[in-house]
Amino acid sequence: MDDMKQVILDYVKREYLEEDDDTEIDESTPLITGGIVDSFSMVSLKRFLEKKYGIQIPDADASPQVFDTVNNIVVLVNRYLEK
Amino acid sequence: MAYSNLAREVFQQEVNNLREAGLFKEERHIHAPQDAEIEVEFPAGSSLKRVINMCANNYLGLSNNPEVIGAAKDGLNQYGYGMSSVRFICGTQNIHRELEKRLTEFLGTEDTLLFPSCMDANAGVFEAILNDQDVMIADRLVHASIVDGMRLCNAMRDTFKHSDMGHLEEKLQDHQDKRYRIIITDGVFSMDGDLARLDEIVELAEKYDSMVFVDDSHASGFIGKTGRGTHEHCGVLGKIDLITTTLGKALGGASGGCVSGRTELVELCRQRARPYLFSNAVAPMIITGALKVFELISGSTERRDKLEENTIYWRRLLTEVGFDLKKGESPIVPVMLYNAKLAQDMARDLYAEGIYAIGFFFPVVPRGQARIRTQLSAAHEKHHLDKALEAFVKVGKKFDILGKSKKEIIAKYGM
Ligand SMILES: Cc1ncc(COP(=O)(O)O)c(C=O)c1O
Repeated sequence: MDDMKQVILDYVKREYLEEDDDTEIDESTPLITGGIVDSFSMVSLKRFLEKKYGIQIPDADASPQVFDTVNNIVVLVNRYLEK
Repeated sequence: MAYSNLAREVFQQEVNNLREAGLFKEERHIHAPQDAEIEVEFPAGSSLKRVINMCANNYLGLSNNPEVIGAAKDGLNQYGYGMSSVRFICGTQNIHRELEKRLTEFLGTEDTLLFPSCMDANAGVFEAILNDQDVMIADRLVHASIVDGMRLCNAMRDTFKHSDMGHLEEKLQDHQDKRYRIIITDGVFSMDGDLARLDEIVELAEKYDSMVFVDDSHASGFIGKTGRGTHEHCGVLGKIDLITTTLGKALGGASGGCVSGRTELVELCRQRARPYLFSNAVAPMIITGALKVFELISGSTERRDKLEENTIYWRRLLTEVGFDLKKGESPIVPVMLYNAKLAQDMARDLYAEGIYAIGFFFPVVPRGQARIRTQLSAAHEKHHLDKALEAFVKVGKKFDILGKSKKEIIAKYGM
């Protein structure tokens, strides 16, 4: 798995899973529709991406659909990195 | 007609979708005052069934207390039926201010402002005080009304894992660049019944220069030695900057809520909180009823002590027969079942046995954390709890979960 996927996956696990939670998460696990990340707590993920990759993601683009899987998030981040 | 047949079909379909997803909520009609035993018509049209009530927020048993009812009647006679005005136009009677002072004293704060409900207090408080240079850092399990209030406020939002002080500390460090930080938590969490670690939260707040907000709706009146709330229990009276709470649970159970705390913050709510400014004043009889509630609970801790005894007794009974409970010391006692269907089926069977308790499952609680939530009241007598236990044992045996661990229940029923 490439670097960005791993970094984001690690962040998601650390930020959203409880210590005793053994839910398996990979890059295609639905995070929001799967009930792992509630849309309210998604804000910290957006902040993390913006800081880590030096990008600005407008709120309109930070929809629960776009943030639903790590794969989708990687596509989004790459789109902003190209800009 | 603008409400076309097509519109009707579309909205009807949405309702049907809720039904199919198992999210449809059905009211049960109670033909009696709120109490330990109630007469329920369910499903609608069926004959009345007498059940033991294990799902009311009637913690102190004051919802149908004769003295409170008497005081409300006096209020009705002396101050009339309603105010027909928001507070700041002509909706504030001397008794509204008197109750606010009483709340301030009881909660150990500087000032208090009444709202039509605690939902309204939570909806209005953040927007009235904070701006886009600030950050709100909330426990992930705070009540829905707090989530709504945070959404209405343009300060930055962040969350920390439930009661995880390490995670909260990280967030506080991360947000040192903001004008003000505010840590937001429930005092007692309504679905889990556990208490916020307010002593540690206050310590972190002092270390990282943050304000503290607590919604004590499920604590005011009975948590802490004299029932002042979670801050009393945790030894941090006077150190919470903002408390919201409700009159709609332990404190008589009618309606009304408040924001209580630092003088200036409460004043900002009086000037700017929209649910205070634009919604009708709480009815006079509710105010005089609530004043009586404070008279009763200030004079004696008998009710909260009985509630505490009931809680300990009920927890012990359930544990002894082998149910898996969420740990805690509040009168909210969740029986963990993990599987949504199991929770629904058991709640249905308990009802058939004359016990009214509700099954909760995703999205009300996290996925895989389905449960039946039981709530104790000072109105419960031991015989109520003994009878409830009999039913729990019978139903627990039927589903073969007594003495089973979390792993075993999940292995049998799935998450
Ligand atoms: C934690 C919490 N806050 C606020 C509320 C809302 O209180 P009220 O009924 O006064 O609007 C509730 C009630 O459900 C609650 O549980």
